[in-house]
Amino acid sequence: MTVTDSAQRRTPKAAKTNSVFKKFVMAISGILMLLFLIAHMIGNLHVFQGAASFNSYSEWLRTVGEPALPPRTLLTVIEIVLSVSVLAHMWAAISLWRQAKRARPEGYVTKKSVVQTYASRTMRWGGVIIALFIVYHILDLTFGAVNPAGTDSTPYSRLVASFQNPIATTVYVVALVLLGMHLRHGIWSATQTLGQSNRRRQKSVNAFAIAFATLLIAGYLVVPAAVVFGLVD
Amino acid sequence: MNLTLRIWRQKDPSVKGKMVTYKVSDISPDMSFLEMLDVLNEQLIMDGDDPVAFDHDCREGICGMCGVMINGQAHGPQQTTTCQLHMRSFKDGDTIDVEPWRASPFPVIKDLAVDRRAFDRIIQAGGYISAPTGTAPEAHSMLVAKKDSDAAFDAATCIGCGACVAACPNASSMLFTAAKVTHLGLLPQGQPERNDRVINMVAQQDAEGFGGCTNIGECAASCPKGISMETISRLNHDLLGALRAGARPKS
Repeated sequence: MTVTDSAQRRTPKAAKTNSVFKKFVMAISGILMLLFLIAHMIGNLHVFQGAASFNSYSEWLRTVGEPALPPRTLLTVIEIVLSVSVLAHMWAAISLWRQAKRARPEGYVTKKSVVQTYASRTMRWGGVIIALFIVYHILDLTFGAVNPAGTDSTPYSRLVASFQNPIATTVYVVALVLLGMHLRHGIWSATQTLGQSNRRRQKSVNAFAIAFATLLIAGYLVVPAAVVFGLVD
Repeated sequence: MNLTLRIWRQKDPSVKGKMVTYKVSDISPDMSFLEMLDVLNEQLIMDGDDPVAFDHDCREGICGMCGVMINGQAHGPQQTTTCQLHMRSFKDGDTIDVEPWRASPFPVIKDLAVDRRAFDRIIQAGGYISAPTGTAPEAHSMLVAKKDSDAAFDAATCIGCGACVAACPNASSMLFTAAKVTHLGLLPQGQPERNDRVINMVAQQDAEGFGGCTNIGECAASCPKGISMETISRLNHDLLGALRAGARPKS
């Protein structure tokens, strides 16, 4: 017989290791990363104000709060939160992936999906590809290690140099479209996981997820488009 | 109607199964899918073959005993139970693939029959109330809001057939567990054990080896009783509440 012991306020281990708890971890870490994506997208749009504005925005990110706060306070906080989020998101995803694999070792000879969206099917491998892209993206545009403009360049010149390379631009576009699909299912799934969905909201949550993911990714893709079409150079 | 059937044959859990092709003829479009399988089995018995094992009981769509994968869909092309699926849903000359539910917590017993006792153990972990209820009480003595009673009833229509697990790409039993959690969690009698119920039932479904829910929606789309994804949201909400309340799982 089970009881709730009101004297015991500590959450038990079984409650923190179950599959639904892992989904909570996935949802919360996903929301944190999503907030960063919004800020990152808006920041990118400084590129349309010219090289000086873009570079000074980049500089501002490193000096914001000075002299009250030490240099790179904001960036360090963001880096820590994002690193923890990425690791938590991956931990939850990998353990649920393995659980799902174990749950059906032998697949169907014939299987037809009824309502499954394409986005929901690309979550796992799409997530792996996005993670690899992020590593490349940081090496390319943050450190300049794999950037044609080199490590001693300004953020603006790294951006232009990268998007003038057709391969780098293609990789960026493909990764961002995958990210858009990841968000389309992720936003809906997080709403459901956090218990905020119901029969009436189901349609609007899905519509919002599609609209939000499309707008956000469009905001990212205008930058390479501007470079490719010569609006930014 | 003349049909070609490709049916999963597996003698027992220890041997590997395979799809075997059979032909059936003179099938009436008014037959149910199970009656069509009965015709096949009579034919197999006449030929001295082993009949195809499949689960069934009421054949009225209310017991949840029958259920097979038909052409890759749980309970076939209509959103109903296999016994309520009629052959008029198919065309003369069709080839129909019939497979058992596939999930490691649902091991195949023989052919199309699987062991679904994992569901019973999930229910035992918390899908009940322990108040002695006796006979039905006077309905006015404990008021339940209409929308709550409607939602609880919708969830209570779950017959535990296992189509949600079969259709889920993760082989998750989330819709089943969520239907039970929602059904009892919305009613006053279900409140005392509400926190324990959700934690224990989720812990049990993980222990049985079901996959995790990724909110894809195949379960709700193939549920013969039309249980909606809303119940999963309610389960998640209850689990968050239980975590906050510090509920304790069964030791």
